[in-house]
Amino acid sequence: MYHKSKGYKIFSFFNYIFLILIALSCFLPMLHLLAQSLSSKAAINGNLVSFWPVDFNADAYVKTFKNSNFTGSMQVSVFRTVLGTLISMFIITTAGYALSKDFRGRNALMWVFIFTMLFSGGLIPSYILVTKLGLKDTIWSLVLPGAFGAYNLILIMNFFKTIPKALEEAAFIDGASFFVIFRKIYLPLSLPGLATVGLFIMVGHWNAWFDGILYMSNTENYPLASFLQTVVVQGSAQSMALSQSEAAAMSEQSIKAAQIFISTLPIILVYPFLQKYFVKGIVLGAVKE
Amino acid sequence: MGTLKTDDRKKSSKNPWNKEIRKNWPLYVLCIPALVFVLIFAYGPMVGLVMAFQDYKPWLGLTGSTWIGWDNFARIFQYKEATQAITNTLIIAVIKIIVGIIVPIFMAILLSEIRNMGVKKSIQTLVYLPHFLSWVTVAGIMIDILGLDGGINHFLSNLFGSKPIFFLGDPVLFRPTVIISDLWKNFGFGMIVYLAVITGIDPSYYEAAEIDGASRWQQIRHVTLPSMMPMIIVIATLSLGNILDAGFDQIFNLYNPLVYSTGDIIDTYVYRSSLLNGQYGFGTAVGLFKSGISFILIVVSYRIAYKVANYKIF
Repeated sequence: MYHKSKGYKIFSFFNYIFLILIALSCFLPMLHLLAQSLSSKAAINGNLVSFWPVDFNADAYVKTFKNSNFTGSMQVSVFRTVLGTLISMFIITTAGYALSKDFRGRNALMWVFIFTMLFSGGLIPSYILVTKLGLKDTIWSLVLPGAFGAYNLILIMNFFKTIPKALEEAAFIDGASFFVIFRKIYLPLSLPGLATVGLFIMVGHWNAWFDGILYMSNTENYPLASFLQTVVVQGSAQSMALSQSEAAAMSEQSIKAAQIFISTLPIILVYPFLQKYFVKGIVLGAVKE
Repeated sequence: MGTLKTDDRKKSSKNPWNKEIRKNWPLYVLCIPALVFVLIFAYGPMVGLVMAFQDYKPWLGLTGSTWIGWDNFARIFQYKEATQAITNTLIIAVIKIIVGIIVPIFMAILLSEIRNMGVKKSIQTLVYLPHFLSWVTVAGIMIDILGLDGGINHFLSNLFGSKPIFFLGDPVLFRPTVIISDLWKNFGFGMIVYLAVITGIDPSYYEAAEIDGASRWQQIRHVTLPSMMPMIIVIATLSLGNILDAGFDQIFNLYNPLVYSTGDIIDTYVYRSSLLNGQYGFGTAVGLFKSGISFILIVVSYRIAYKVANYKIF
């Protein structure tokens, strides 16, 4: 038996160590960020902070929440995430339900949707379209262009296909219409599937930063991720139309750390729920017989 | 609704669409929202691709700008920056794809050897986590810890007394940094499917192998790996379509003019040459060049995946 062989025991020991180290490496950067956000400026500059706060204080959080640019961006992000997820889920579930049935023209329609996965107009034509439609500088530029996702449609459609056909037939006999069946049978029964896709879309909206930078000419309308991009990555707090002292404050590492950490918190909080479903969702999307 | 009356059937016998629409009209109605979105926001921009053949001026629009044929495309191969961006894209994307397939397979096999369920689940949970962080967050962390006075350099100089290394500003080190950070962010996620395949292998294969005296290593080579092969082939073939996608989000957040020579990719180049420098027609041509080649590669790879592993997208 290999479990008892000496070689396997040695392998097993190193395997545990190796994988635990790898797992820690995925988590420690977040801990480092949290420690920095709760440490003093002097401790950070002296490179004293690793994974535990030094000179513990919550100043960075107080300053962050007093910063109207930050809280404003947070509101934009919350609003776009809710609105964007609702719109996406509506158009994907309705089409997903219809396309899980067999009807005339279904395959042609399916190809119209699938083609968007294979080919796109690209950055500039999309930008010009959004501008021409007058969506620039409005929340709609953040939620409408990406609302439809072919991959999500396929996932939802596959979830709907797993629901036994007999349920639908029974409802037809009772006089229910397609709309009633969709609402009263398919949506409730595929809740795990809807939760998976819904959470994916939510995370996507929350993390999206480029569209904000592209479509918002006024930095006050930036969603949180775009705001962070300018502050943390471009490091150009000055460009945000702030006073010198405010700009200097934002470039402080403890404040940057606090800002990144706060913006990531919703993801970390929603993650356990996400994880419960998404393994199933991805496997369903990838493994087919 | 849904019930078919006898007189309906008589009338509709001439045209099959009549019958179909009478019976299934709600299904067509349910497709309308998605169809509207797709037509506007996916097919709409495709109309704008004609810009690639124009000397596009925003104030003249698509109808007013002069047509210049293939000039924009010819320019792609004349501009050194453009050819450089294409080369960088290919190099970074190919290495990312290869590493991004091998490492998750390797990790999935190692993780499947962990017998303690609690430890196994905890490791899984932790390694998936980075996938859900945005590149802005990851870049923020990396800029901090990879900087000249960052944690990594601090650690290295304490250990070896070495001079600080400028990971994000050195053209030679930029690519490895990009590839390793991409791997760090995504390997846990790539692992899921392989882990599912390993879990699904019939245990009796292992029992039989063990009775025949196979060591654990031999079991992995002769049972685990062959069982994973169809999935590996599917994922490897499908990734062929990503060969011109080196990851805009990541590069955009990590690069700077110092590393353009090795780090600038097609997507970042399109952004700079068009939106920042106003060369809309040229930028669109570069984008179309990329989309066109990607499209061919995706179609070919789906064909291969279907032939070799009987994989269908829907």
